Amino acid sequence: MSNHSIQRIISTHESRSVTLLLITVALTYLVLFLGVPLFAVFYEALRKGWLLYWAALREPDAWSAIKLTLLSAAIAVPANLVFGIAAAWAIAKFEFRGRSLLITLIDLPFAVSPVVSGLVYVLLFGAQGWFGPWLQAHDIKLIFAVPGIVLATIFVTFPFIARELIPLMQAQGKEEEEAAISLGASGWQTFWRVTLPNIKWGLLYGVILCNARAMGEFGAVSVVSGHIRGMTNTMPLHVEILYNEYNFAAAFAVASLLALLALVTLLVKSLVELQARRSGEPL
Amino acid sequence: MSITIENLNKHFGAYKALDNINLEINSGELIALLGPSGRGKTSLLRIIGGLDVANSGKLLFQGEDVEQRDARERNVGFVFQHYALFRHMTVFENVAFGLRVKPKKQRPNEAEIKRRVHELLNLVQLDWLADRYPAQLSGGQRQRIALARALAVEPNILLLDEPFGALDAQVRKELRRWLRRLHDELHITSIFVTHDQEEALEVADRVVVMNKGRIEQVGTPDEVYANPATPFVYQFIGNVNLFHSREHAMWTKQHGDAVAYVRPHDIDISATPQDDTALPVEVKLVRAIGSVVRVEVAADGSGEFIEIELSRERFDATPLSGGDKVFIRPRQFRVFETGVKSELPAA
Repeated sequence: MSNHSIQRIISTHESRSVTLLLITVALTYLVLFLGVPLFAVFYEALRKGWLLYWAALREPDAWSAIKLTLLSAAIAVPANLVFGIAAAWAIAKFEFRGRSLLITLIDLPFAVSPVVSGLVYVLLFGAQGWFGPWLQAHDIKLIFAVPGIVLATIFVTFPFIARELIPLMQAQGKEEEEAAISLGASGWQTFWRVTLPNIKWGLLYGVILCNARAMGEFGAVSVVSGHIRGMTNTMPLHVEILYNEYNFAAAFAVASLLALLALVTLLVKSLVELQARRSGEPL
Repeated sequence: MSITIENLNKHFGAYKALDNINLEINSGELIALLGPSGRGKTSLLRIIGGLDVANSGKLLFQGEDVEQRDARERNVGFVFQHYALFRHMTVFENVAFGLRVKPKKQRPNEAEIKRRVHELLNLVQLDWLADRYPAQLSGGQRQRIALARALAVEPNILLLDEPFGALDAQVRKELRRWLRRLHDELHITSIFVTHDQEEALEVADRVVVMNKGRIEQVGTPDEVYANPATPFVYQFIGNVNLFHSREHAMWTKQHGDAVAYVRPHDIDISATPQDDTALPVEVKLVRAIGSVVRVEVAADGSGEFIEIELSRERFDATPLSGGDKVFIRPRQFRVFETGVKSELPAA
C-alpha cells in the first residue's frame, strides 16, 4: 500500500528543474503581458503627483464621463439581470419551439464585433436610419445621446448573465421546481423560494462580469456616442480623447480608475467564489 | 381517494409511452406499477400527479374529472427517484415548505408548523436530523425526508417514482418494509413505480405489470406470479424455462407452433423415467444458493440449458452432480401460442 502511494507521487511529479522552468515561463508571461501594463497605468497616472491626478479626475468633462458610465451600467445591469434570468429559466427548464434559436441569439453580441453592434443602432435610429424620421418628428434623440449609449451597452452585455445561468440551471434540472409545485407552491413562490436561492452564486458572478463589461465597453458605445464632451462621453471614450490630445497624465488618471474598477471586480469575484465554495453550492 | 383512468394515451413524437391505459385504483390501496425501464410507468405517474399532460383519455379522482386541475390543486404527494429535496433548505424547512406556501388563510401559525414538522419527522424516525442540509444525509435518509415532505400537506394520493431505485440493496429492503408499514398506518391511496419485481410483489396490494406503454396484467402479487396472463408477465416475474412445441410436443399438446412456460421450481427430477413424457437430460451445473439449489441441465444433443430449482431438503435426499443422467418432467406449465410470443421483447 505505502509502496503504491510512493509510486504515485513520483509518477505525477516532474523533476525539480522542469518544475522551475515551467513556473518561470508562466510567471514571465504573466508579468510581461499583465503586470507591466497594469503597473504602467498607475505609474503614468501618478507620475506628476497626487494633486494633478486629483485635478484630472475632478475636471468637469472627466466627472461627467464617470457619471455617464455609472448611469449606463446602472441601467444595463438590472435590465440584463431580468432578461438573463427569464431567458435562462425558459431555456433550461422548458422545451419549446425556437429554443435553440434563442440560445444562438443570446450569443450574438459575443459573436459580432462591438463596432457592428453600434452601427446597427445608428442604422436603425440615426438621422438617416429606418426609424430616424419618425424619432425626429417626435423629438426623440437616441443616437449621439445618452439613450443610445445605454442601448448599446445593454446589447453588448446581453449574454453575460444568461450564459452564466443556463448551464447551472440545466444541471440542476427541474425536479425541485416540480416538487415545489406538487406541494402547492405558486409559480412566484417556486421562483423566490426554490429557483432563485439555488442560482444565487451563479447570478452574482454573472452580474459582476456584466458590470465590468458595461463600464469598460468601448467599440459599440464609441459608434453611437458622437463623442460630445461633457454630454455623451463615457470613461473609455474620455480616455481616448485625452490621449489623442497628448494629455497623457489626465488620460492615465481616468484609465487608472477603470483599471481600479477591474481590480475591484476581480476581488469581488474571488470573494464570491470563495463564499460559494464555502456554502458548498456549485457555481 | 379512488383513481379511475380511462383510455389514456401519451406519446412523445412517434414513441408511444402510454397506449390506451384503463385502470381502476381503489381508495386506500398500495399499487405497484411494474415493468422494464422506460418512460411508460413514470409517464403515467406524472400524468396522475399533474406534472405531465396526457394526449387523450380521462383521469378521475373519486369520480371527478381532474384534467383541468393543475398539480398544485390536485393535493397529490409526489416522491421523486432522486429525492428532489430543496438543497438550500434544512430538513426542517424542506418538510415545512408545503405548509409555508399555503394561502394566508389556510397557513398554520409558526407553532403549529413546528409541531406538524416534528410529528412528521418522528413518523419517518429522523427528527434528530432537523437542522441538517440534504447534502449531509444518506440516500435512505433523504428519501424518507422526501416522503415526510410530501405527507406534510396531507395529500389524498401519494405517488412514488422509483422511490428506492437509487439506494443500495440493504437499504432498499429495509425501506420497502418500512413503506408497507407506513401505508398500513396511514391508508393513503399510493402508487409506486418500480422495475424490481421482488419489490412490487413484497410491498404492493396489487401489481400493475406494464410493458411498452400497455398494461399486461393487473392482480395481487400472488395472482401475477401464479397465473401470469401473458408470456411477458411470465418472463418478467420470476424465472422461466421455455419449451417449443416443435421439440417438446408431448408437453405442449398443441398442433401449431406453441411454447410451454415452466417455472424452475415446477420441474421434477428423477433417476428413472416418471412416465413416457419424461425428458432424458444431463446435469451440467449444480449451484447451492442459500436455501435453494439451482441445477442446470441440458437435453441430450441440445445446447439449450434448462434451469431447475430444488429445495435444499429435496436436493439432500437425492444429491446430483455434474454429468449425471436424469429425467425431468414439468409438474405444471402454461402454453402460449407462438403468435403471442412474437410480441415478446428480447429477454
